[in-house]
Amino acid sequence: MRSTGQDPQKVHSIWQRLHIDVPLLLGILALLALGLFLVYSAGGQETAVVYLKARSIGVALFGMFIVAQIPPLVYRKWAVPVFVLGLLMLISVLLFGHVGKGAQRWLDLGFMKFQPSEIMKLIVPIMIAWFVSQENLPVKISTVILAFILVLLPTLLIAKQPDLGTSLLIASSGIFVIFLAGASWKLIGVCLGLASAFVPILWMFLMKGYQKQRVLTFLNPEQDPLGSGYHIIQSKIAIGSGGIEGKGWLQGTQSQLEFLPERHTDFIFSVFSEEFGLIGVAALLAVYLFVVMRGLWIAVNAQHAFTKLLAGSLTLTFFVYVFVNIGMVSGLLPVVGVPLPLVSFGGTSMVTLMAGFGILMAISTHRRFHV
Amino acid sequence: MSPRRIVIRNHSAEANLFARRTFIAFSGVVLVLLILFANVYTLQVESFEKYQTRSNSNRIKLLPVAPNRGLIYDRHGVLLADNKPVYSLEVIAEDVDDIKASIAQVSKLLNISADRQSKFFKSMKRKRRFKPVELHSRLSDQQVALFSVNQHKYPGIYVNARLKRYYPFSDLTTHNLGYVARINRRDAKKLEQAGKAENYAATYGIGKLGIEKYYEDMLHGTIGHQEVEVNNQGRVIRTLNYTPPVPGKDLTLTLDIELQMIAKRALSGKRGAIVAMDPRTGGILAMYSNPSYDGNLFVHGISTKNYKKLLESKDLPLINRSVQSGYPPASTVKPFLALTGLEENVITPKTEVYDPGWYQLKGLPNKYRDWLPWGHGKVNLTKAIEQSCNIYFYDLAFKLGITKISNMMERFGFGDYTGLDIYEENKAIMPSVAWKRARYNQSWYTGETLSVGIGQSFWTVTPLQLTQALTTLVNKGERKIPHLLKAKSELIIESSGNAYHQITPIEYEPRAPLKLRDDKNWDIVLNAMHNTVQKLGATAHKPFKGSTYDASGKTGSAQVARRKQGEKYDAKTTSENKRDNAMFIAFAPFDKPEIVIAVAIENVAKGGGATNAAPVARQIMDQYFGDRVITSKKRNVKPKIATDIAATPQEAD
Repeated sequence: MRSTGQDPQKVHSIWQRLHIDVPLLLGILALLALGLFLVYSAGGQETAVVYLKARSIGVALFGMFIVAQIPPLVYRKWAVPVFVLGLLMLISVLLFGHVGKGAQRWLDLGFMKFQPSEIMKLIVPIMIAWFVSQENLPVKISTVILAFILVLLPTLLIAKQPDLGTSLLIASSGIFVIFLAGASWKLIGVCLGLASAFVPILWMFLMKGYQKQRVLTFLNPEQDPLGSGYHIIQSKIAIGSGGIEGKGWLQGTQSQLEFLPERHTDFIFSVFSEEFGLIGVAALLAVYLFVVMRGLWIAVNAQHAFTKLLAGSLTLTFFVYVFVNIGMVSGLLPVVGVPLPLVSFGGTSMVTLMAGFGILMAISTHRRFHV
Repeated sequence: MSPRRIVIRNHSAEANLFARRTFIAFSGVVLVLLILFANVYTLQVESFEKYQTRSNSNRIKLLPVAPNRGLIYDRHGVLLADNKPVYSLEVIAEDVDDIKASIAQVSKLLNISADRQSKFFKSMKRKRRFKPVELHSRLSDQQVALFSVNQHKYPGIYVNARLKRYYPFSDLTTHNLGYVARINRRDAKKLEQAGKAENYAATYGIGKLGIEKYYEDMLHGTIGHQEVEVNNQGRVIRTLNYTPPVPGKDLTLTLDIELQMIAKRALSGKRGAIVAMDPRTGGILAMYSNPSYDGNLFVHGISTKNYKKLLESKDLPLINRSVQSGYPPASTVKPFLALTGLEENVITPKTEVYDPGWYQLKGLPNKYRDWLPWGHGKVNLTKAIEQSCNIYFYDLAFKLGITKISNMMERFGFGDYTGLDIYEENKAIMPSVAWKRARYNQSWYTGETLSVGIGQSFWTVTPLQLTQALTTLVNKGERKIPHLLKAKSELIIESSGNAYHQITPIEYEPRAPLKLRDDKNWDIVLNAMHNTVQKLGATAHKPFKGSTYDASGKTGSAQVARRKQGEKYDAKTTSENKRDNAMFIAFAPFDKPEIVIAVAIENVAKGGGATNAAPVARQIMDQYFGDRVITSKKRNVKPKIATDIAATPQEAD
């Protein structure tokens, strides 16, 4: 539908030409700026950490800008070969991958190290969106089943590395496409049933010892308060002791005195909650909600089934980051390594996320030229 | 609307479907956000206090600060127990650039053994880099000086001073003061049970014996705290608050260190004990047991070798003979027995007994001998005490029987704790029929009663018990609690900032007095003791010849080993540890006694109480009275008593 009712003159504004979606950009910049402040506080108040973070923000913003220039339908053309290439890379990671921190995630290309699972976060939704948008929506059962298999392949390969967080995000990105494509509720019910039947199998055969321990710790962190339960207990203490108003920026004792682990990466939300309190948390959640709303607005207003599904999936997957990260640091979910999107320190996931936003912006701004 | 048949996409339908699904997904997003927010709300609002408390207990630590232990003084303010700084050399690893080189240089400078160095490196590995590790625990003054001059070259290495107990008079006071030593596991458990463990969190040592143990609570003081903020590794970030410790109370003892020195000198080379007490108060003026040992050895942890030496010494230096050794009292208890006879009305001052040199029970072959082989002839009470006539007291004991004796002696405190303020006291033995039944499951024999009559048989006393009994005697029944603590002093800091020591004398409740049927009996016995010293030819006359303070007393020579009937005792042919003990009790001045003394000397080579123990008592009294000249009013009465005695034939002693 063309009923978005925008005046062509206005649409051709400078931002339109640059393929930048301004509301989305503002939301993203707010989160990135918060990230800078928090990394300074969580990283022992060292400017070097802030500089690194600023640098990766610069790289990511540039990446987003480049991606935004690419017309989205280009992805549709290249979906299949890129997906196959991605799968091959995942297989080679398992075969010759570089081992770091107990997991095999990196591929050494000689001149750089490369994490194929990151790029798959984009390739999988593109592939599934292409696959289900081949035919009219809502999707048929047979298509859904095939799509599921396509999702499952990279998911399992990544879970094997093992990288539970990323495989979870990739699985969600595919499943969101299928859901948005109108898979019947019956089918969704059956899938949920199968998934829950899969849990014991996952527990018995697929999960590694440390992953099981994480789940057990999640269920009862006080059982081993100085060992595996330490992280989650200290995180809850940090959040809880922040109260309504928080202890103030740079004043969080849990983070400043280093009781909180992984402060500037996975547990940065705890630093934020301790220093800015419930008021800060409400504001942060509102910014995330705004970004998600804008993303979904772009999806609804996209002109092709492919771009709609892709934009919807990217947006919802972004929200999965938020949910899993905040859920895990506040004790609702077991600890899986998912960063707080755009805020946590850590370049790789941010570059991927920003590339995703680049695609969203492309979908938002290119539509007039590719009817 | 079958999608199969529609080739052209229904964009509007697809858009509607997508919008519906997006709306559902969005609802899910909102729901999840609400759940997340509700969870954070629970943590930050509902459980805020719980987590705030936990956050504070994470970061705030109380570092205990040990209070300074109270000092101990003698009655004239001479310091007996001090807190002296002990210097240790400590290293904070993270502040030292090249730890190996620095330690090697410092060790060379201060001559620190390789052993200590390797010990240091071992314990360094176990500690965090910002915590101090000890390189040397007791630097000498020279080492401290040498290091202080060179300190600038060694950042991260420094001298730390800690206060440790020091007894300037070393072995002179150990048996009274006891000592402070490291809190061991048993002490820690006891403190835990008494709920005092927290107060000792920073304390190194605890009183193990004597005054240090008895008044531990007063001496120790109250712990202080430094409230600090720490990080996750326990490193102190800053101090938030400081509560200073309250130092322990200073104690002033009744002891006179000069008398104590005289006692030590008088006993040098001998095994024995002296107790001197002020009968007006019960305060111990001197209490010394020889040989003694240096309590300072225990403060720093005595070496196994040194401890073994003390433990295995034949002279038993660890025993506090004044209160722990039960000696046969021998003739020193004759005045008390005489008093019992008068009180029980089995004798009068005029009762006479004929002493042929031996005593025999009707129908029994055993002869109980007097110390004078040919006997004292006709003897009354006064002469019996003056001359220490055994036969008189065999007869008296026979007339009294064991029960009356032990009942009266128990009233004088024999066979029981005196209540002195140290824990090491021994009850010794006041035998009775019931005691023998309980102890040996045997009945009492009359022959044993006779032996009790001259302070032998099962009867043992501690020198302190003798002093206490004599105090009751010279006080004519007024009983005092023997004690070492005279006063306590406390540092008071007023809100204005003025600080002063508040000295509180300790009050001791008098004990229920020992009441006699006839108060004249006291004087009869005391007069006899006066004569024993003052009358020419009496047993204790010679040792006090020329003294100016009108002393009175009673000698005793205790048989230690059992002798066969008729066996003659000769110290020279008897093995050292079976020789007689010399005993002596004395008080002065006669009219208003200020000092009572008991002396016990073990296994003397020659003579008895008069030649060995009485001179010791005299030296102490000489010191105590100095140049004072005291004459007795009683001297005027003396002729009257003398005529009593004059009525009896005089015997050579």
